[in-house]
Amino acid sequence: MDKVQDNRAWFLIIPVFLIVAFSAVVPLMTVVNYSVQEIFGPGQTFFVGTEWFEAVLADDRLHDALVRQIIYSLAVLLIEIPLGILIALGMPGGRSARTSLTLVLLALPLLIPFNVVGTIWQIFGRGDIGLLGATFRAIGIDYNYTSNSAHAWITVLVMDVWHWTSLVALLCYAGLQSIPPAFYQAAKIDGASKWAVFRYIQLPKMRGVLIIAVLLRFMDSFMIYTEPFVLTGGGPGNSTTFLSQYLTQMAVGQFDIGKAAAFSIVYFLIVLLFSFVFYTIITRTGEGERK
Amino acid sequence: MTLRLEGAAKRVGAEQHLHPLSLELQPGSFNVLLGRTLAGKTTLMRLMAGLDAPSAGRVLENGKDVTGQSVRHRDVAMVYQQFINYPAMTVYENIASPLRRQGKDKAEIDAKVRRTAAMLRIEPYLARLPAELSGGQQQRCAIARALVKGAGLLLLDEPLVNLDYKLREELRAELRDIFADGRTTVVYATTEPQEALILGGNVTVLHEGRMLQTGPTGEVFHAPASLDCAEVFSDPPMNVVDAILTNDRVALTDGTSLPLSAHDRNLPAGPCRVGIRANHLTVLRRSERLVPIRGRVELSEISGSETFIHLRHGGTTLIAREEGVHSHPIGSDIEVYADPDRIFVFSAAGRLVAAPNWRRRALRNIA
Repeated sequence: MDKVQDNRAWFLIIPVFLIVAFSAVVPLMTVVNYSVQEIFGPGQTFFVGTEWFEAVLADDRLHDALVRQIIYSLAVLLIEIPLGILIALGMPGGRSARTSLTLVLLALPLLIPFNVVGTIWQIFGRGDIGLLGATFRAIGIDYNYTSNSAHAWITVLVMDVWHWTSLVALLCYAGLQSIPPAFYQAAKIDGASKWAVFRYIQLPKMRGVLIIAVLLRFMDSFMIYTEPFVLTGGGPGNSTTFLSQYLTQMAVGQFDIGKAAAFSIVYFLIVLLFSFVFYTIITRTGEGERK
Repeated sequence: MTLRLEGAAKRVGAEQHLHPLSLELQPGSFNVLLGRTLAGKTTLMRLMAGLDAPSAGRVLENGKDVTGQSVRHRDVAMVYQQFINYPAMTVYENIASPLRRQGKDKAEIDAKVRRTAAMLRIEPYLARLPAELSGGQQQRCAIARALVKGAGLLLLDEPLVNLDYKLREELRAELRDIFADGRTTVVYATTEPQEALILGGNVTVLHEGRMLQTGPTGEVFHAPASLDCAEVFSDPPMNVVDAILTNDRVALTDGTSLPLSAHDRNLPAGPCRVGIRANHLTVLRRSERLVPIRGRVELSEISGSETFIHLRHGGTTLIAREEGVHSHPIGSDIEVYADPDRIFVFSAAGRLVAAPNWRRRALRNIA
């Protein structure tokens, strides 16, 4: 039973290599290539080195968009994670009609296409025909997301909460369901308070799903595009122009391919960095309790 | 504490999980609940703990009626099949948690935690999280947490079932000493007759939601009140064969006759059922007194350093125990020997008619 020495195993790997190459590596390298070129037209390209990167890093409008983006993502996390946990804690357990109904209701926003969510809120917020806008107007608040940047900003945030808190809640619910009932009984016998049960049993047991929830919600919200694009188009002014929208304006609107490519790479690195930082912080928190 | 159940029963919907039973546990006593899966052990424990209220009957602690009182106001601790500890707390904090709730001062907590941890041999792991311990150590931590609370009633629901064989043996041997503090009333549920025998104390045998018998473990083992009880309290299950009782002898259907010289005299004649534990049905004829029984080997299984031979005899399968590891070809004829001084005679309805007397006498002498 001699081991056959040949390279046939490569044939099994090559398809994967090809798929990854064409779907990820080649496009990425194209972007890298663009990011160091000045492009005037087909065949008219000049190597410019790191100039585009310098321009991106010095772009004031981009800085504003970045700050806006970070505040937005943090707000999303600060609202959606605790709210999702609260909803999951309040959900009925077991197999009953009530449970099924709750799950369906919760999953509903997740099933709606992003641009439709934008449209729903666009109409919902209108003062003349929208339920929300009309209600505000009726109680005397001059609500207008197309002209007031604070209103626009809050509307985009609330829309995101409406759209995505369900995801956090469903993940947490799955985490809670995996806790054996004996844990609750033991806590009851110990005379533990509701808070203690949450702090010492439910929260630690939800840690795994919470890591996923935080990462998903961070990455998604940091790259948000469709909903604010449909709802406000980035306005009024630039108040709801987030990074991806600014990138699109640069690439498609102004056709600054080189600068946009350099920006894409920086954007990608920022998401990667933040995700890594979040992941490290969350995974360390639990261990930190061991003195 | 003295725990008294008066006609306590549990009914869930149309299902009777536990038929009414009355039971009194003395303070400081060690009580084993023995029964197969679904016998109602856990249901009974939940009633005792106050996790569930009985659907009928009363529960009394030291004479005080606590029926329907929430578990939060009861004086109980419990250990489960699963290893239940607070996952984000260190072993130290886990053991300290019941004491902190009682508002003990720091020095006392520290002393108690360390003493209990030392008793359960988990002192080196106090700084670890439960997930970083082996299964046995996790269960030791859970037991320490229950013990340190100093509750009047300590319930253990098959605490060793999820441990491997070696750890089970080890912990089982220690448990008896650990619980021998004399103050706490301990209730220990198990499916294994062996475990009940090793732990001693009192045993309550449950079967299909009914209490079959209760009493000192040795007495119940040597004089099971019914066939069901004898089967639950024998591993492998007791061999049962139909027979006819006449003149203090039992005659099996194939004509084999066993004298009842160690039993009460003048037993009522008629059809009966004879129970023989596997260890009283041997391949080796150690004495002339032993009566041969013929059969055909169906299966021979080795467990540890013993061999259990399943043999077909008449219409039933008997199990005989043989010391050492042996192999018996399936289908071969075999002769095993029953010890007539160790057999149990049950009525056709399954009530105990006669058990070997000398055993009971010896037990009485010890007591």
